[in-house]
Amino acid sequence: MLSLIGKRLLFAIPSLIGVVIVTFLLTRALPGDPAAYFAGPAATKEAVDQIRKKLGFDKPLIEQFVRYTGDLAHGDLGTSLTTGQPVAAELRNRLPASAELTLLGLVVSIVIAIPLGVLAATRPGSWIDHLCRVTTTAGVSLPVFFTGLVLVYVFYFRLGWAPAPLGRLDVFYSAPPTVTGFYLIDTLIARDFEAFRSALSQLILPAVTLAIFSLAPIARMTRASMLAVLASDFVRTARASGLSPGKVIVTYAFRNAMLPVITTLSMVFSFLLGANVLVEKVFAWPGIGSYAVEALIASDFAPVQGFVLTMAVMYVLLNLLIDILYGVIDPRVRLEG
Amino acid sequence: MKRRDFLKSVSGLAAGALAPTAPAIWSPAKADARSETLLIVSEGGPNNLDIHGVGTNVPGYEVSWNCYDRLISHEMKSGPGGVPYYDRDKFKPELAEDFNIGDMSVTFKLRKNAKFHDGAPVTAKDVKWSLDRAVSVGGFPTFQMSAGSLTKPEQFVVVDDHTVRVDFLKKDRLTIPDLAVIVPCVVNSELVKKNASEKDPWGLEFTKQQTAGSGAYKVTKWTAGTEVVMERNDEWVSGPMPKIRRVIWRMVPQAGNRRALLERGDADISYELPFKDFQEMKANGKLNVVSLPFSNGIQYIGMNVTKPPFDNPKVRQAMAYAMPYQKIMDAVLFGLANPMFGAPKDKPTEVAWPQPTKYFTDMEKAKALLAEAGYANGFETTISFDLNFAGVNEPLCVLVQESLAQLGIKTTINKVPGANWRTELTKKEMPLFTNVFSGWLDYPEYFFYWCYHGNNSIFNTMSYKSPEMDKLIDGARIAAANGDTAAYDADVKGFVDLAFTDIPRIPLYQPFVNVAMQKNISGYQYWFHRRLDYRAMAKG
Repeated sequence: MLSLIGKRLLFAIPSLIGVVIVTFLLTRALPGDPAAYFAGPAATKEAVDQIRKKLGFDKPLIEQFVRYTGDLAHGDLGTSLTTGQPVAAELRNRLPASAELTLLGLVVSIVIAIPLGVLAATRPGSWIDHLCRVTTTAGVSLPVFFTGLVLVYVFYFRLGWAPAPLGRLDVFYSAPPTVTGFYLIDTLIARDFEAFRSALSQLILPAVTLAIFSLAPIARMTRASMLAVLASDFVRTARASGLSPGKVIVTYAFRNAMLPVITTLSMVFSFLLGANVLVEKVFAWPGIGSYAVEALIASDFAPVQGFVLTMAVMYVLLNLLIDILYGVIDPRVRLEG
Repeated sequence: MKRRDFLKSVSGLAAGALAPTAPAIWSPAKADARSETLLIVSEGGPNNLDIHGVGTNVPGYEVSWNCYDRLISHEMKSGPGGVPYYDRDKFKPELAEDFNIGDMSVTFKLRKNAKFHDGAPVTAKDVKWSLDRAVSVGGFPTFQMSAGSLTKPEQFVVVDDHTVRVDFLKKDRLTIPDLAVIVPCVVNSELVKKNASEKDPWGLEFTKQQTAGSGAYKVTKWTAGTEVVMERNDEWVSGPMPKIRRVIWRMVPQAGNRRALLERGDADISYELPFKDFQEMKANGKLNVVSLPFSNGIQYIGMNVTKPPFDNPKVRQAMAYAMPYQKIMDAVLFGLANPMFGAPKDKPTEVAWPQPTKYFTDMEKAKALLAEAGYANGFETTISFDLNFAGVNEPLCVLVQESLAQLGIKTTINKVPGANWRTELTKKEMPLFTNVFSGWLDYPEYFFYWCYHGNNSIFNTMSYKSPEMDKLIDGARIAAANGDTAAYDADVKGFVDLAFTDIPRIPLYQPFVNVAMQKNISGYQYWFHRRLDYRAMAKG
């Protein structure tokens, strides 16, 4: 197992190097001059040049790159010009917000989609199958920001059930001391149940928005995979042997149907990280997605590079995790590994 | 079906099925905190808490204004609609308890009991250090100081512990007003020096992250891009004690959500909403919406006069007759602006700025002028705008494009990303564009000096050069400094007339600053910087 992990991580190095080079070149190729932008509305030409020199953008590209990689090796991702903070610190502060939201969204989605898919597969053509088809089609065809806005409009503005879309906590609660960075966990550690409730209620709408978007692939894949497994010989044998339908479906069929679902889950998770950008905008969520978009608009190189790099590392880790999960679920993969 | 209608019907269905719910319930302590707290929502937040910093953005100015004191400030007068409006001509002491304007210098007596947030007394040394800093750090602050002929550290003299003198380099009417803008704020010099380094002698890195002033508020928490929390400084002596104890300023990127927060009563105050929203909120009367004209500000269509076809004044006049002025007022701004066109033919030019031109939409006249200039069949050109303000600029440019098409002028629209707009302006290559300029100092000659003078500053976006114009502008500046009213009036009228006949830029309208707030919020004041002054505000 350890050698598998080691080998996997080794394979990831070339792709990370590629990501570093490509993001560096791409951000430099963006139109817009950060020096002119940050010199402000009233700047003279000399002021702009002064700032360009201060930021090091007057140097040749290759020199800038060497400096960038040098800093990177020391764990320094540079400083954002728009927010004025070190990028590494900001990503560290913001990543838990995005991760908490994405994970909760994924959990909500799994809890709804997998039973829905299994039920749809066991009763093809029934009302539940149609329900599955309709919800998944609707979910995947609505853009996330639209779903988000509709949810805010209905549940906050009209009904007043949801709290104001003002980020992770109600304005009048203070954040719990940081342990994990996940407010749901940190508030419980701090035994601040009022803040826990507030954090949870702030999370519901954005998490549901993400869940609606990701229902479709999970439910459809579960259904398709279950249908294939249910039609196979070993299930027929199990049924013929007189095992109860529950045992056949849960113990034999479901476990075998899991592999493609897990693959889909990893894909969905990466989708969600992308979809997060828009959801964070709608719900004023202080995550890394909204951070990256704002930086991009301002031609602020360092955060964009930092964001892409973080994402790349997360993908690598995610894929590794999925590979390990395969081994847990299917012993055959373990043997080959 | 429009999106809005769809949303309405969807929610109507949902609301029909369910009873209206009670507003959020607050525990008593929280309710108290809420009544003394001002919750502001806006799209963007500060990137730096110090206006002397590199590239501090406009939201950063608001923090500086409320957390630092200046020597002097402006009195208030009653503005349009009875809203308190800063009085350009009347100054009041702030950190200074008294000041005395001489012929070639001004002397300030500081308040003896004023203290910085850390408890250190405010002394003349701090004032000098702060003013030295403003004229030395470069970039925007230094530029702004120079607009009032404040350029050298030698101009700022410590007389004794509580007396500072500012010497004038030359007579300039803008020197005193320039000491009341945001830039010449007084910084805690000892505290900042302790945190400065050889590379950063003015301690800009330190003041970027925290406020080191003597102002009415201090920043207690700042999460860039998310929120700023400010607490009242209970030791403040430079004015009456503010009523708001705490200000929470949250960044909410979605304009629709900001409106929802206001209408639900969760947020107290917001700006930066689409004009349509402001107009609707104004109409339904649940909130107070204040709309006031930008002082000394104009949205205009600029033409590059160095290149054909716009080097020909006839073509420029034709353009001025071809602008769809009223359509822009109605369809783009929903009436929330002052028209800068269509003054009656016989109206004499005033000694004021902004004032409307005598142009109005007249396609026949435009056609005739174009034919005279030799462009009877039109030409091809490109109109550029800044995407950061696409909400106004995009529909505006589309209307202009449609209108020009009637003259056979084929216009392509060029959308320039916000980050790139400055660069494009500095290059001065765009043939046709729309932009806004507004000056902090509300004097006609100030506006013209930046926008029409042949020294070709970045704001003279048209590259317009005319010796006659320069003579008038310089004349007005000198006349103002010497108090020669007759010469001043003649020069101002002269440059306004010349700007309208030569018409290198076509004024369209004077934009409004729009602020929406709950009915229980009072004390909003209009300032030249168009940001909020929390010190005068109250809740309940």
